[in-house]
Amino acid sequence: MTLNSLTIAEARDLLRKREITAVDLTMACMTAMDAAGELNAFVHATPEIALAQARAADTRLAAGDAPAMCGIPLGIKDLFCTKGVPSQAASNILRGFRPEYESTVTGKLFDAGAVMLGKLNMDEFAMGSSNETSCYGNAVNPWRRDGDETRLTPGGSSGGSASAVAADLCLGATATDTGGSIRQPAAFTGTVGIKPTYGRVSRWGIVAFASSLDQAGPLTRSVRDGAIMLQAMAGHDPRDSTSADLPVPDFEAALTGDIRGRKIGIPREYRMEGMPAEIERLWSDGIGMMRDAGAVIVDISLPHTKYALPVYYVIGPAEASSNLARYDGVRYGHRAVLAQGDGVTELYEKTRAEGFGPEVQRRVMIGTYVLSAGFYDAYYNRARKVRSLIKRDFEAVFAEGIDAILTPATPSAAFGLGEMADADPVRMYLNDVFTVTVNLAGLPGVSVPAGLDRQGLPLGLQLIGRPWDEAGLLNHAHVLERAAGFVSKPAKWW
Amino acid sequence: MAIDTETARMVARLARIRVEEDALPALAGELSGILDFMEQLNEVDVEGVEPMVSVTPMRLARREDVVTDGDIQDSILKNAPDAREGFFAVPKVVE
Repeated sequence: MTLNSLTIAEARDLLRKREITAVDLTMACMTAMDAAGELNAFVHATPEIALAQARAADTRLAAGDAPAMCGIPLGIKDLFCTKGVPSQAASNILRGFRPEYESTVTGKLFDAGAVMLGKLNMDEFAMGSSNETSCYGNAVNPWRRDGDETRLTPGGSSGGSASAVAADLCLGATATDTGGSIRQPAAFTGTVGIKPTYGRVSRWGIVAFASSLDQAGPLTRSVRDGAIMLQAMAGHDPRDSTSADLPVPDFEAALTGDIRGRKIGIPREYRMEGMPAEIERLWSDGIGMMRDAGAVIVDISLPHTKYALPVYYVIGPAEASSNLARYDGVRYGHRAVLAQGDGVTELYEKTRAEGFGPEVQRRVMIGTYVLSAGFYDAYYNRARKVRSLIKRDFEAVFAEGIDAILTPATPSAAFGLGEMADADPVRMYLNDVFTVTVNLAGLPGVSVPAGLDRQGLPLGLQLIGRPWDEAGLLNHAHVLERAAGFVSKPAKWW
Repeated sequence: MAIDTETARMVARLARIRVEEDALPALAGELSGILDFMEQLNEVDVEGVEPMVSVTPMRLARREDVVTDGDIQDSILKNAPDAREGFFAVPKVVE
């Protein structure tokens, strides 16, 4: 086995035993990255930083003072501000932007000794489900259909994170999830993606998309790795006013593998019309696995599920239109070249027309519309009321004693790049149908690889937990992962 | 609800995004499609339901009203497309 294929848990143990060094591990990842240009997962490599951090990690490891993430090479989604390193949210409007500060999450990871290999591709401002809205061009899924060379999407918005982790270019990656942007790419690439409870991980220094929905989390090759990495990312941050001042439990220690007597809810509303038979089968297989592990399976109802997507596509754009107002060509990033006589309004309008891609423009304008005088109540306020009802649905089932909810992660396996180019934007939005409720209700969710479809592509199941119960949720995910026994890797073609 | 070209022009202006005249009809069509999708929300009975304003019930934290940062003018201007004499520079705003 090559070093870059290790899990975080394996690498941690070998590093602590000094059987491998952080520098060798980092070099193995950098070699894999160099050979994986076709995946377009990494968009800014930071080899000098990586080697300096790896050397420092080796010193700490030698001194016996090594947190779990010490010496672990990671990819960082381009949405995270990293000091002195390009951080442009895959947008032309932030071309050339090098933050003067470090996001809380990357700062915590680096303090724990983690190594940054570079910045990862994503959809522009995290708006997309296929990584095709990126200013860097799309990332590519390392998985292909059996006997078919069609290039597939790694999902989005954290497409680069998923592609890099699945292709063994790094041991783990940071990602963010506003409507499914960690869990859907994880499902498309046979990896594990965790979206923590809203407030568990600081949003400070992460380029904002929709502030009441955004949450960062890890994307890794196993549930245990996710638990280890989330541990280093989580915790209270006074600089994020919505960050929760709650103790962070030991997530890895919670992976006992014992879920006997736990109640798993199966929401009937997630059995969507026209759901592919393979997804249906995967889901019932997953239910069987949880039952075999001793869990109690309970049919539940989340009656407002069908309204989650329209609510999301009001609230997400509304918040985005406000957050993205800051890109005005004055303080950072791109500024349009002005014509003689142009004033400050032309500066804004031309800069934003040139800097934002079509999907971002569309969402900013939808958001502007639903917040505008005369429509605020009809759209935005109504959506916020329905959001209350969606959250109440979950509160009701948790109050009845449900410990976790099992659903499919996505309505399909990874689709071909370009396949949705002519589709109505709403069709792309349907990718989020199983994941978006979790963001609206602020809950933790995890996508676990659970099988392959008949074309040989990975499929994921989603577990949804009670607020702040990532520990219990990850234990359920750990049981599902073990029972599903998913060990496939994409055959290397790149 | 259908958005006409005139409304699309108004929205683009409010969003401060320049949209060329010949691109407005297509934009209006796309925005209308998305709004149609949102119309489903009208089926829901929201009588007496409070809009959700905070994801987790929590009191916003307060801190002492003191200076916590400062003297970083160079850092603030570092990424500006046009900074002069310690200020952000923009086209003339007043005549």
